[in-house]
Amino acid sequence: MLNIKKDLVIIGGGPAGLAAAKRAYDDGIEDVMILERDFELGGILPQCIHNGFGLHHFKEELTGPEYAQRFINDVDERNIEVKLDTMVLDVTKDRKVYAMNKKEGFLEIESKAVVLAMGCRERTAGAIGIPGTRPAGVITAGTAQRYTNIEGFVPGDEVVVLGSGDIGLIMARRMKLEGADVKAVCELLPYTGGLTRNVVQCLEDYDIPLMLNHTVTAIKGEGRLEAVEISEVDENLKPIPETAKTIKADTLLLSVGLIPENELSKKADVVLDDRTGGPIVNEGRETNIEGIFACGNVLHVHDLVDWVTEESQIAGAHAAKYIKDNFSKTEQCAEVKSGENVAYVIPQKLELEAGDRKKIPLYMRVSTPLTAVDINLYADGEKLYSFSEPFAKPGEMISVPLAQKTLDDLGNVNEIKVDIIEKEGE
Amino acid sequence: MSKKYDVIIIGAGISGCAVAWKLARYNLDILLLEKEADVATGTTKANTAIMHAGYNADPNKLKGRLNVKGNEEIREVSKKLNIPYEEIGSLVVGLEGDNLDVIDELYQKGLENDVKNMEIVGRDWLFEHEPNISKDAVKALWAPTAGVITPWEAALAMAQNAVANGAEVKLETAVEDVLTEDDEVVGVKTNQGNFAADYVVNAAGLYADEIAKMVGIEKINITPRKGEYYIYDHAKDFAVNHVVFPVPTPVSKGIVVTPTVENNLLIGPTSQNVESKTDLATTKEGLKKVYEGAKKLYPELDLRDTIRVFAGLRAADDSEDFVIEAAENVKGFINVAGIQSPGLASSTAIAGYTADILRDEGLTLSEKKDYIETREEPVRFYEMTNQERAEMVYQNKDYGQIICRCETVSYKEIVDAINSPVGARTVNAVKRRTRAGAGRCQGGFCGPRVVDILAQELGIDPTEVKQEEGNSQILEYKIKELLGSRVMGNA
Repeated sequence: MLNIKKDLVIIGGGPAGLAAAKRAYDDGIEDVMILERDFELGGILPQCIHNGFGLHHFKEELTGPEYAQRFINDVDERNIEVKLDTMVLDVTKDRKVYAMNKKEGFLEIESKAVVLAMGCRERTAGAIGIPGTRPAGVITAGTAQRYTNIEGFVPGDEVVVLGSGDIGLIMARRMKLEGADVKAVCELLPYTGGLTRNVVQCLEDYDIPLMLNHTVTAIKGEGRLEAVEISEVDENLKPIPETAKTIKADTLLLSVGLIPENELSKKADVVLDDRTGGPIVNEGRETNIEGIFACGNVLHVHDLVDWVTEESQIAGAHAAKYIKDNFSKTEQCAEVKSGENVAYVIPQKLELEAGDRKKIPLYMRVSTPLTAVDINLYADGEKLYSFSEPFAKPGEMISVPLAQKTLDDLGNVNEIKVDIIEKEGE
Repeated sequence: MSKKYDVIIIGAGISGCAVAWKLARYNLDILLLEKEADVATGTTKANTAIMHAGYNADPNKLKGRLNVKGNEEIREVSKKLNIPYEEIGSLVVGLEGDNLDVIDELYQKGLENDVKNMEIVGRDWLFEHEPNISKDAVKALWAPTAGVITPWEAALAMAQNAVANGAEVKLETAVEDVLTEDDEVVGVKTNQGNFAADYVVNAAGLYADEIAKMVGIEKINITPRKGEYYIYDHAKDFAVNHVVFPVPTPVSKGIVVTPTVENNLLIGPTSQNVESKTDLATTKEGLKKVYEGAKKLYPELDLRDTIRVFAGLRAADDSEDFVIEAAENVKGFINVAGIQSPGLASSTAIAGYTADILRDEGLTLSEKKDYIETREEPVRFYEMTNQERAEMVYQNKDYGQIICRCETVSYKEIVDAINSPVGARTVNAVKRRTRAGAGRCQGGFCGPRVVDILAQELGIDPTEVKQEEGNSQILEYKIKELLGSRVMGNA
């Protein structure tokens, strides 16, 4: 077993891990190691060959591989150590990381701080329990994207997409561009799960039908998928049997949700939030385990990589502070609560000393689509201030800054609460 | 015709593989035929994976006689063949309002079948040993000899041991006729040519009646009886410690809640006769029944951590018993049919019983001098400690590359699964042997890599790699191929 000592170990070389590594390095922690299980850096970005990345962070439109490459170049320039094809098997709460690769074998890495940046996985057909057979041709949209854009294979030519998450929308268009007949994108809910721009650019521009309030109610076929049965659902999301119709298809792509991949986090006794599926963190993105930080999709599922980058810089900066022993917490933390119409807020608690608090963005999602909303922040029940937005969709994360002044004034606040309410009379 | 075999076994499910394993210890030429691309792809791959203790089976039926024997034998066989098996015991739990007399009746039946160490236990025992059980639980039949096993691994292990002892296995070889001369078996006709043999064992599972008809036997009639299931991710937060049954009704053993050997939670099965022997579709109604049934025993159980739904078909004969006997009208033809529950638990005993019949029918069973009793343990990375993993990687770097992240399966395990005797040819065959793709992401991440490794090791194109049977290719076109064909077609 090879024993290594590192100041900072970053698990995952996707956009989150890369940005956290870069930031920690620039803040003075040069002894950083990135552990990546794939054969290249960039996480899921190398397979996202469409554009639309970087509008916020770089103020220009990039493809996924281009966005990733900028950070890969940054990491290269800084000579940050990267281990590819390396799988982390275990993380302990005293920040020992156990990993393995073909070249060096088994590694035990002792670290001062760990950043968890493992990303997320896709919810599967089995997890949503669609009745029917189990033929080939039923795959998640992300797997289809990997086959198409990395491996160079097209899964099939008559396609139905279930779920209107962003990957589903992107893959509907991608399959169409490969010559496939994309028959429909079905969405159980009365609204899409993806970004508005993807609905326009991936479906409307290519005449791909979007069937809201519809779901797949049966999978048919013995060897390869032969058809799917789709049905309309009622207001309780229950399929209406008389609306069932069969669509011939050899491929069913699923885009029915992403799940933060926290199996490793649990091994280190990191406590997870039921609402996000990711760790409960403070404003520095530190988990309940001292010196273990989390950022990116392992923390909560993001819709834009730009927000992943922003969040990971926060995590990288605080990991660096922690290592430099420049990281102090208040006796009493302020819990950040999700009020009406709020699905979740990140961070879940504020516990750094006032001096360590810089302008902190609160990331949140609404639980249902709303128009003309007020986003209200309260400290121990007293309203701090409000923001107005023309609309709020569950598929689009909202970032609300907690201004420095507010933070300085917080003092001994026990609870910050956010609610998002439609304005009356509109 | 081929060289002449002593015995041809039709069907490489658990029964066929067990018969091959049992006979391979004797000086016999054995051929095991399977129409699919892997062993254990029928009933064997989709069932409750239980070694029943034996209190359920009717003492007057063959089932009752063979269940307890099989259950006893598996302890040693599982060790020799390195089959994952855990004797966790079973409970038949009576809830308030149930007919609790049934529990005492089962106990009595168990005594008749010679089931060891059973006890009737009360509420306190139940709440201590099965903390999540319904608060309505009153009492239970506790049978410590019941266990859980990996059924496809059991079949594979027996097939591999048979091969190590000289038996041959031919996959993708479908029997089209049984050849006879003067009312004696002489061989079989298959889609891969004819094979000569003195004895033919019909272990064709759901298709055993069709094979029997080939020699004019009409009395076997197999009805596919569907059972639907949910399987959960590795149980972490919700403990179920035993195979837990409800009180059976006259028509069904009910919905079972059990951990698997790999510590997934399994709930099911329903029990419904269906028309088609290929109808493996789960249904909305069936899945609902499974969940509602499981919730009666475990009210706190939810469906959040389920990773897959599936259905299996029991091969039920009209007699509702095992039909293991020599044909009366044709010499050398032995039926091993109607093997439904407790068929898995009885498998080694079924094999022994079949061997006895073959001997009675004139086959000479003389033991090989160089008989290999054991099967080498396949490396199972997922169950190793980090120290053990470190040693494995030190010995062979190919263990250092993890392909399946959910179940911690290395490149070397997958390559070995493909290249070992009775090797994997399909993605699901790799999954059964290694667990790659059996985890929470269901092959979302490792799928492309497994396809790639299969293509490389088998020397085929990735578009030829199949998931399981028939036309189950995973990838239909190389990139731009489809677009090209469309453009050409339009021109």
